[in-house]
Amino acid sequence: MAYTVVGKSVTRVDAVAKVTGKAKYTDDFSERDMLVGKILHSPYAHAIVKSIDVSKAKALAGVEAVLTYKDLPQIRYATAMPGVIEAIATDEVDVAELKYGTAGHPFSLDESHRDKEDRYILTQKARFVGDNIAAVVATDALIASKALKLIEVEYEVLEALTSTDAALKEGAPLIHDDCEGNILASNGYAIGNIEEALKESDHVIEGEYETSIVQHCHMENQVSHAYVDSDRRIVIMTSTQIPHIVRRIVAQSLGISWGRVRVIKPYVGGGFGNKQDVCIEPLNVAMSLAAGGRPVKLELSREEAMIDTRTRHAFKFKIKTGINKDGKINGIHITAVSNTGAYASHGHSIASSGGGKFRYLYPTKALKYDPITVYTNLPVAGAMRGYGTPQIFFAFESHMEDIAKKLKMDPIEIRKKNLVEVGFVEPLSKNKIMSCSIRECIDKGRELIKWDAKKALYKDQSGDKRRGVGMACFSYASGTYPVALELAGARIVMNQDGSVQLQLGATEIGQGSDTVFAQMVAEVLGIPMYMVHVISTQDTDITPFDTGSYASRQTYVSGMAVEKAALEVREKVLAFANRMTDIPAHLLDIKDQFVVFKDSGEQVIALEVVAMQSYYDRVNAQPITSDVSNNARINAIPYGVTFAEVEVDIKTGKIKILEIFNVHDSGKIVNPLLAEGQVHGGVSMGIGYALSEQLLFDEQTGKPLNNNLLDYKLPTIMDTPDIGAAFVEKEDPTGPFGVKSLGEPPIVSPAPAIRNAVFDATDVAFNRIPMNPQRVFEKFKETGLI
Amino acid sequence: MFKRIAFTVNGKAYNFEVDVRESLLDVLRSHLGFTGAKQGCGVGECGACSVLIDGVPYDTCIYLAVWADGKDIKTIEGVAEKNGELSEVQKAFVEEGAVQCGFCTPGLVLTTTALKESGKDYTREELKRELSGHLCRCTGYQSILKAAEKSLEGHVCTCVDSPHYKGK
Repeated sequence: MAYTVVGKSVTRVDAVAKVTGKAKYTDDFSERDMLVGKILHSPYAHAIVKSIDVSKAKALAGVEAVLTYKDLPQIRYATAMPGVIEAIATDEVDVAELKYGTAGHPFSLDESHRDKEDRYILTQKARFVGDNIAAVVATDALIASKALKLIEVEYEVLEALTSTDAALKEGAPLIHDDCEGNILASNGYAIGNIEEALKESDHVIEGEYETSIVQHCHMENQVSHAYVDSDRRIVIMTSTQIPHIVRRIVAQSLGISWGRVRVIKPYVGGGFGNKQDVCIEPLNVAMSLAAGGRPVKLELSREEAMIDTRTRHAFKFKIKTGINKDGKINGIHITAVSNTGAYASHGHSIASSGGGKFRYLYPTKALKYDPITVYTNLPVAGAMRGYGTPQIFFAFESHMEDIAKKLKMDPIEIRKKNLVEVGFVEPLSKNKIMSCSIRECIDKGRELIKWDAKKALYKDQSGDKRRGVGMACFSYASGTYPVALELAGARIVMNQDGSVQLQLGATEIGQGSDTVFAQMVAEVLGIPMYMVHVISTQDTDITPFDTGSYASRQTYVSGMAVEKAALEVREKVLAFANRMTDIPAHLLDIKDQFVVFKDSGEQVIALEVVAMQSYYDRVNAQPITSDVSNNARINAIPYGVTFAEVEVDIKTGKIKILEIFNVHDSGKIVNPLLAEGQVHGGVSMGIGYALSEQLLFDEQTGKPLNNNLLDYKLPTIMDTPDIGAAFVEKEDPTGPFGVKSLGEPPIVSPAPAIRNAVFDATDVAFNRIPMNPQRVFEKFKETGLI
Repeated sequence: MFKRIAFTVNGKAYNFEVDVRESLLDVLRSHLGFTGAKQGCGVGECGACSVLIDGVPYDTCIYLAVWADGKDIKTIEGVAEKNGELSEVQKAFVEEGAVQCGFCTPGLVLTTTALKESGKDYTREELKRELSGHLCRCTGYQSILKAAEKSLEGHVCTCVDSPHYKGK
């Protein structure tokens, strides 16, 4: 379809604010006299607090409050500001009831589908190095830091379970008393009969693959401030992807009613899933309550944020694939062990979510997935861009390459033999594929990287520097349906001049959603971009309900609400024009700020005149607005592929990426410039995942070894090659304007593509990432290459 | 302990007492309200807090406020014209899509401004090295590099060796 604004590379609606320093983030709203909160973290990975003495800390001048696990149940009856606290408190609640889950999922009315509630704001039992034992509130940061050192804690140190193997060992201590065997979840699935499928196959090929713990490293650390307002309500400003969910979880963690909490989200300096979790807000509120409801700021340092927020789950996979001589796969059996760290967060859903998205790429007669998610005494793993899919696709797309090699088949041909087609109905979700251009994506990538020529050129190399090419495919999803609720809200108010304000529950965190929503509204209402004013700040008191920014759901799911809101405004404008002109509304449309005849385009009346009339007509005045909610009970599957060319330095183990292309089938691209930006960022994160990034811990003690931006090898501009982004645009019939998701998908396939390129270059299969120089060097020694 | 210092920020003179332990970033953000400089790490690893001190980019989180005595400071708030017109560098960042979450943007705009104002010529690799003190997790640096090259047009050697580089 031909569009005027949708599909154009318009500049971001927030770009000017961001290049001039005017865009305000949470900490930019801090005031100088705010109290400062700081956290006492456990130095032990697994320990019980035997005694804790805060008297010296409390006595320090400038300390306003000190909190431990003992204080939290009583905080509701604190006497510092009786009116406030009593108003918040309801009944005496058993401490156990204040256990809460932090995952940023929509609430579920079905109790069995709720997130695991396994933590308190402060804990008596430390479950990882960094766990929150106590907290202080002081007049400034230096006093707060000093006070932390004055807290005397006696720990009984327990055995630290720093790997899933240790946690699964028979007789291993329990990290959570109510979790037998330290297994949080085992949500797998089975399609068909895997035993039979493997038996019928000409070959059964097995492989083992492993990914590491990495961290989001958004540039803005977690930061919030909280206070009790004059209506005795709790107000929190925070850097979050999910303001409405923060509201619920803060209320749950303190046992207060949800309407008493107000959450405000200004500009956010990146999230990548780490802010789809409620890491610091409940403690921040507890700090404020302990200080009589005064404003308290809680800001994590980079070192704290890298271990005391969330990480990406490390996975270990075993895969068994039954395949026929012709390359057709009969059955796949995947077992997985996911390391969720000390608390559940999203852990119970990530392994199953990755396995769920995998089902849309290579349909087979039989597919069995047996994941277990295991608690360990390491930092908490949670949501991170891709949500389990980068792990499973690293494993399977590496495995696919191993199969191709064993069967001496071309890696592209073997994939094409097994790829999904339009019309496929996924047997478990019953979701039908309405658009799928993965084959075209592969063809495009093959051409861009000159695959055939390079494949031929790089045969039989022997020097110190060897080159190779590799590729890997993926499937993803647009939102979480049918697993979770996909509700989105949008509100439009038309001004007297025909311009509009657009309010959204969906949160801009850098991905550009505000801009694409504005494009959608401009498109439907026939007005230019500058006449759409997006209110970027979310405030749960004002903003329409939407569960937030995650699961690559904004353009698709929230976009449906935006389109619906804009269509309603258009309908109202045309109805008003009909009252003014007597021309039937169904003959009219809006174009270039004019109500026009739909067929001829002939101008009827200026939009501004209609808008003005809607405010001031003495008989018919009713300003034109819409306020909609949309429950998306559908999901479109995006696809894509990475092609990579590498040069491996055999002597040093260094891998250099010469070329890398990501080609995406994300339906219609609303804004090519912004879409390319998503791909560049995702591929760069994927390159870090493949080659350099890993959070390291002492195996005995669980102490972090590199929780800072110097020792954690985040790619710099020097490490990042030119990244090619391309799209195959075929509109998906279910999406607004034909879109499918794009935010997370770019990170899914770079790591296996790079791994496969290294395999092509060296004949050495790396089944563990990152492939950093040390590991590569060691593996080359082991395989006799050096 | 407090010490009186005097400096100019974006052309305006300031003269006041600072706690000797405070960083320039603290003073700019908390005392003077120049919140465009961001704290991403607090230890000089990420570059989000950069400002220009006598025309040179510095990480202000590890630059003591007292060292700024007598200096001329430019923050992101002082880059655009007074009438709001964006500088060439800012325009390039907007047009090339070099902005996503925007947290690293002020520092990168300032460092690029310093490179432009130096009048020197840079190869692509030199340019990358100059910008490598700024970490960005959103963009993969692609559009940032394009924006920097566009900002320095006429001063970037034309050794564009990548097949997907589409810039001029």
